[in-house]
Amino acid sequence: MYRYDEFDQALVEQRVSEFRDQVRRRLAGELTEDEFKILRLMNGVYLQLHAYMLRAAIPYGTLSSDQMRGLARVAQRYDRGYGHFTTRQNIQFNWIKLEEMPDTLADLASVGLHAMQTSGNCVRNITTDQWAGVAADEFEDPRIWAEILRQHSTLHPEFSFLPRKFKVAISAAAHDRAAVKVHDIGLRMVRDGAGEVGFEVIVGGGLGRTPFIGKTIKPFLHKRDFLSYIEAILRVYNQHGRRDNIYKARIKILVHELGAEKFAAEVENEWRAIKNGALALDPAVIAAVAARFSYPNYERLSDNPSALARARSEDRAFAAWFDSAVSNHRQPGYAIVTLSLKPIGGPPGDATAAQMDAIADLADRFSFGEIRVGHEQNLVLPHVAQRDLVELWQQLQMHELATPNVGLVSDIIACPGLDYCSLANARSIPVAQELTRRFRDPALARSIGRLHINISGCINACGHHHIGHIGILGVEKNGEEFYQITLGGRADEDAKLGTLLGPAVRYGEIADVIEDVVEAYVALRQRPEELFVDTVKRLGVEPFKERVYAAR
Amino acid sequence: MPLVKSGQIVEDRFVRVADGASAPDGIAVIVGGARFLAEAEVLLQRSAPIGVVWPNDRSVGALAPYLDRVALVALMFPSFRDGRGYSQARLLRERHGFRGELRATGQVLRDQFLFLLRAGFDSFEVAKDADAAAFAVSTRRFDVFYQPSGDGRATVFRQRLDRIGWGAQAR
Ligand code: SF4
Repeated sequence: MYRYDEFDQALVEQRVSEFRDQVRRRLAGELTEDEFKILRLMNGVYLQLHAYMLRAAIPYGTLSSDQMRGLARVAQRYDRGYGHFTTRQNIQFNWIKLEEMPDTLADLASVGLHAMQTSGNCVRNITTDQWAGVAADEFEDPRIWAEILRQHSTLHPEFSFLPRKFKVAISAAAHDRAAVKVHDIGLRMVRDGAGEVGFEVIVGGGLGRTPFIGKTIKPFLHKRDFLSYIEAILRVYNQHGRRDNIYKARIKILVHELGAEKFAAEVENEWRAIKNGALALDPAVIAAVAARFSYPNYERLSDNPSALARARSEDRAFAAWFDSAVSNHRQPGYAIVTLSLKPIGGPPGDATAAQMDAIADLADRFSFGEIRVGHEQNLVLPHVAQRDLVELWQQLQMHELATPNVGLVSDIIACPGLDYCSLANARSIPVAQELTRRFRDPALARSIGRLHINISGCINACGHHHIGHIGILGVEKNGEEFYQITLGGRADEDAKLGTLLGPAVRYGEIADVIEDVVEAYVALRQRPEELFVDTVKRLGVEPFKERVYAAR
Repeated sequence: MPLVKSGQIVEDRFVRVADGASAPDGIAVIVGGARFLAEAEVLLQRSAPIGVVWPNDRSVGALAPYLDRVALVALMFPSFRDGRGYSQARLLRERHGFRGELRATGQVLRDQFLFLLRAGFDSFEVAKDADAAAFAVSTRRFDVFYQPSGDGRATVFRQRLDRIGWGAQAR
């Protein structure tokens, strides 16, 4: 966990005071809503269908238990008692009054949280592997780099008014859990031939209306050049990114129009002029940031203690939860535990204030006071001793946080859609809720295996439908909600965009059609272990299309 | 539109001259970028200071050969959201060593002042009177800065090293 030092804390407080003044000017009529819009967006405040929404950043998805209690307090005091965790390691509060926004932000600041740059055309909250620091396949903690970049990009004097929003993800493990290939900049920590750790730099990935998989423009970047190279990318983009058309303003379009090689050459040129300047990173600067990350003082334990082994073999409900929610930890005797925020019939990613408080307490008892927010809108207790798993599971059940569906078909990612979002074409959350009911039987879900469904309520793709194994996209036809379905997308190191299955279907049919797709998969797979994505990869979408549309 | 310079609301000593009009000698003038490039040698012969208003979609590199003889460069912010001028300003100051007056013009509001200052601007044609009056307050709101830029303010990264006594060896 990173602890703010006095500089970080002072900056966040100064930003709250600035925003307080901006809200005051709006309420006093000194700013029009149009003028205020840009200012509020620079601090994570959106105007939704029914109210203002505040999006607070959870940098690289790491929260302390006190910070979680702070979020619970905000949900309780200023919202309707719950918050919504997003795919980008943020939390959204949907019902905050503008008058109370400054106090909300002050409360967040008191626990070292902020909403800076969670919206607007700037460098957004930097995301990483949700298992950073505990994953067994990682060779360095990417959060140190995310924090350095968080600081460097905060209120940047040159890059606060970019052509469009700018998202950066960092991963440091063999398996990419940060989806670096679908970000404006994706950084993959790699080791070169000499054993030095640096970054592979990928640019121009992204979803939305024109999805692209990013291109590698620098296979190996030394750590000292981390900031100067990113600055060079941003400077080229700031000057040359399109500003005439909002749909063509992301860096992916610039990279596409120039070609990755030409773009890389422009960046290289700019970088050469600045690489030995003030941005060259001194190892002491890196060390000063790293020193404020604390790590648990683990006990010496051994894997798979006998009580755990017994529970797994004797208690089927526990075993089902264990299989879906528990992952390997790098430290012997410990485990990474995912808490499902996808109860059957519930809206994905929501947590009540009471649940947040309970999670904070459980984190204190079982996870060294630390919590993570994952990209799948679930929460994670990253350091649980394996001997405590049964007890933790019992506690989680009491708070409806133990649905055994992590990574399975009912672990659905959905954007807010027409229930909240003013841009939506169609509802997302009710579709997700209905699907969780269709696949509520844990044995059925387990037999289907790993399957990610992603739902977006419009082409902006906040639900990342392109990279869902099954992607569902809300579209509008003659004023009616329709849904397009894609199959075979994925976000990992083999990132790929899904392929369209066939004609869009009505709201009333979508759950049936998805059930048919899943049934088709079960019939088509070679053996039970063949995952949904692998069957689609092997066969393409045609056989699915035949089965699903034949009956319609 | 009030002009703020060195933190004060001041009279503008420059006169804008339209592209077709003649640039009278003896008074400080600002001319358009294309005209300046076309007539640079003649314009620079004048005894009074010359300023250039430069478009935000053209590289400031084209101005580089003249910068030591130009008194003012004005960069444009056609809207608050358009941030190209920040990069142009930093390049003028930090790469091309421009020391003259660097002016922000267009939709310039108080909420940009600090970004603009840090990018190297030192004069501001402010859209609203109230914003011009609030210049001092708006620019003193922050005293913590992470990024090194041409304004020379100490960055947090540097201050951390100084605090723990690593400053000398790290520099
Ligand atoms: S995908 Fe569309 S509907 Fe969903 S949250 Fe984003 S903008 Fe709104």
